[in-house]
Amino acid sequence: MGSNVHTQSSNAHLTTPTPLTGAEIIWATLVGEGVDTVFGYPGGAILPAYDALRKFPIRHILVRHEQGASHMADGYARASGKVGVAIATSGPGATNLVTGLATAMLDSIPMVCITGNVSSKILGTDAFQEVDITGITLPVTKHNFLINRTEDIAAAIRYAFQIAKSGRPGPVLVDITKDAQQATALFDFAAAKPRPYRPHPMLKVEESGIAQAVELIRNAKRPVILAGHGVIESGAMEQVRTLAERAQIPVALTLLGLGGFPASHPLNLGMMGMHGEAWVNDAIQQSDLLIACGMRFDDRVTGTTSTYATKAKKIHIEVDPAEINKNIKVDVALVGDLAEVLEQLLPLISGRDGAKWLKTIQTSKGESAVHDIKNLPDTGHLYAAHVIHDLWRITGGNAIVVTDVGQHQMWEAQYFHHEHPRSLITSGGLGTMGFALPAAIGAKVACPDKEVWVIAGDGGFQMTSPELSTIAQEGVKINIAIINNGFLGMVRQWQEFFYDKNYECTPLVSPDFVKLADAHGIAGRAVRNRAEVDSAVAEARSATGAFLLNFMVEKEDSVYPMIPAGSALHEMIRRPGKNPLIERPDDV
Amino acid sequence: MLHTFVAYVEDRPGVLTRVASLFRRLNINIISLTVGRSEREGLSRMTVVCDASSEAGHRIRASLYKLENVVDVDDIAGAPTVTRELALIKVAATRHTRSAIFELVEVFRARIVDLTAESLMIEMTGVESKIEGLIQVLNESESRILEICRSGKMTMRRGHHTSGVLRALGTNETDTDEADQPEPLIEHGAPVEPE
Repeated sequence: MGSNVHTQSSNAHLTTPTPLTGAEIIWATLVGEGVDTVFGYPGGAILPAYDALRKFPIRHILVRHEQGASHMADGYARASGKVGVAIATSGPGATNLVTGLATAMLDSIPMVCITGNVSSKILGTDAFQEVDITGITLPVTKHNFLINRTEDIAAAIRYAFQIAKSGRPGPVLVDITKDAQQATALFDFAAAKPRPYRPHPMLKVEESGIAQAVELIRNAKRPVILAGHGVIESGAMEQVRTLAERAQIPVALTLLGLGGFPASHPLNLGMMGMHGEAWVNDAIQQSDLLIACGMRFDDRVTGTTSTYATKAKKIHIEVDPAEINKNIKVDVALVGDLAEVLEQLLPLISGRDGAKWLKTIQTSKGESAVHDIKNLPDTGHLYAAHVIHDLWRITGGNAIVVTDVGQHQMWEAQYFHHEHPRSLITSGGLGTMGFALPAAIGAKVACPDKEVWVIAGDGGFQMTSPELSTIAQEGVKINIAIINNGFLGMVRQWQEFFYDKNYECTPLVSPDFVKLADAHGIAGRAVRNRAEVDSAVAEARSATGAFLLNFMVEKEDSVYPMIPAGSALHEMIRRPGKNPLIERPDDV
Repeated sequence: MLHTFVAYVEDRPGVLTRVASLFRRLNINIISLTVGRSEREGLSRMTVVCDASSEAGHRIRASLYKLENVVDVDDIAGAPTVTRELALIKVAATRHTRSAIFELVEVFRARIVDLTAESLMIEMTGVESKIEGLIQVLNESESRILEICRSGKMTMRRGHHTSGVLRALGTNETDTDEADQPEPLIEHGAPVEPE
């Protein structure tokens, strides 16, 4: 353990106003906000803060690149539901956070980033390592602060926490000048409390809206619930489940909604959208009522909006008023916290007979089944879908899976079945390659008792692979599954489908990942055929330290089904007949 | 269509950037923007006029409210309002050509606020069309316009309420505002002299 964890017997300064330096105020305020772990990287403008760190009971995890710090804070927040904290210095340290901030912004993740800046006297002079980070991050943060007075630090950080976790969550950046860290002010934690939280003034759940929704649900013949990330953020799993069960409505999930409704539930259809299974998207297209719960009709979910579920009335339950009618025009908008709105709605929902509609969906599902892959004969090829399905089977689904972005991410969504919220951590909105490894470190630190798996492609893994050193230094036990196909797979797939197989710049030479892990003191093993998968996964799980598995999978496999960008939801590219991953009996 | 938003925002550095950045991000051009202190301590009042689709109003207002520094937002599209703009117009004029301009100024109920041997300055307050009218007539006259400085629109809802925004805050609803709005005494948009 290289971190400076020193516990302080007394937190007296939290209850009694005490003169502290700005640097001390930063940590004291974080402690007061319940923070015990931060992810960061020191540098000149944040050095006063680092100098004071040892006086406070905070574990600091030294990253290898500030982008890693922001993804770790993000992964920490996604796994725990708490606010993740990242620290960086001015200039390049701060700009390296930007991708992580944007990732958290697009996926509504509560996160606070603290950056140092040059002294207030030289702000705006292009001083060494000076950058206008509040200007740069304005569009990718929920809010940000530039603080140049010691007495403002505590209030800004406390306000940042309130903003980050309230309403629709998001990242907040607090930029603090070096002189503000060095000077002393009276630290009064209680007095620095932000003004009472002001809910968005356009939140609106009217009796008439509720009544309309109830009426639509009662009269619907082919209803579908669309469950998004809001189900998890609002903690509305029980309410969604009650609604589905009571009214016998099938549930389709967005990528970030996976885990919000148990995969094994008979009413769970699975993931919708670009790589959703045919029966899910068909059900949406045929539906006469969509009940959208905490989701935002992202383009990856709708396909072309003009052809999206044209026969369906739409009820949108959403906490952000700016999402209403943004992409898809809805008939009833219930704008408020999902769990609270559903609590209002549920007493008015009576039992419905959904048998006919459910049977229709069941028929379109056929005997298919992607699940059948486990019974396929060994052809000598290792398929990514096999690996992921086996991982699910072996772990019993009781792991936090952190994915990167690309083909493996979609296969994970299709073949790893999530029963519980916060068991899938993935960059959905921004689609940030390089996210998985650092985010998994954050997730494991947040949930040390959970089994954590990284699933990453050979491309994305190399974007942040230096964080292997962080894993080694901090002794983080995570298991890494690299789905190695020698290509930037998803881009290659697009080239195959839409660019005449012109595989320009997508074949990828990678290091021997097992040797790379070994260089970091991390054990690993390459896996080349299906028979080895079980023993390899078992070896990784039983290893005391982090373990890397390099799965050498089929090179030119594609994710099916696929809705080409700009097509309607029902215009899918289906699995080709020859592909061993059979979807329907008649595809053979 | 033209949208007009009245926003009360915290009077502190960077707030204007946040508001402007929101419109930039939506690729909406701001046609005019006026900012000044309001009747509320620590809050500035902004009038933002922009051209956007008719459905965009809701989203812009909702997005403005998501900015931490924005306290109230009123979308006054279609509501009865008093709207004014201030213009200063400098015109080249010698003592031989002045009198024609004096006549124009009289007709438009504007004022001469500065006079030199080579030029004079006209101050005019009114609705946009009235200012456009004066500029057009000046352009068609023999006098050359040297400079124009326009304030952009300032807008206030009609009625006995000190602030439509306060009312909007109380009801959380702009669409129904017009229904319980008292009948305006003066027709919407009529050029009433403010002085």
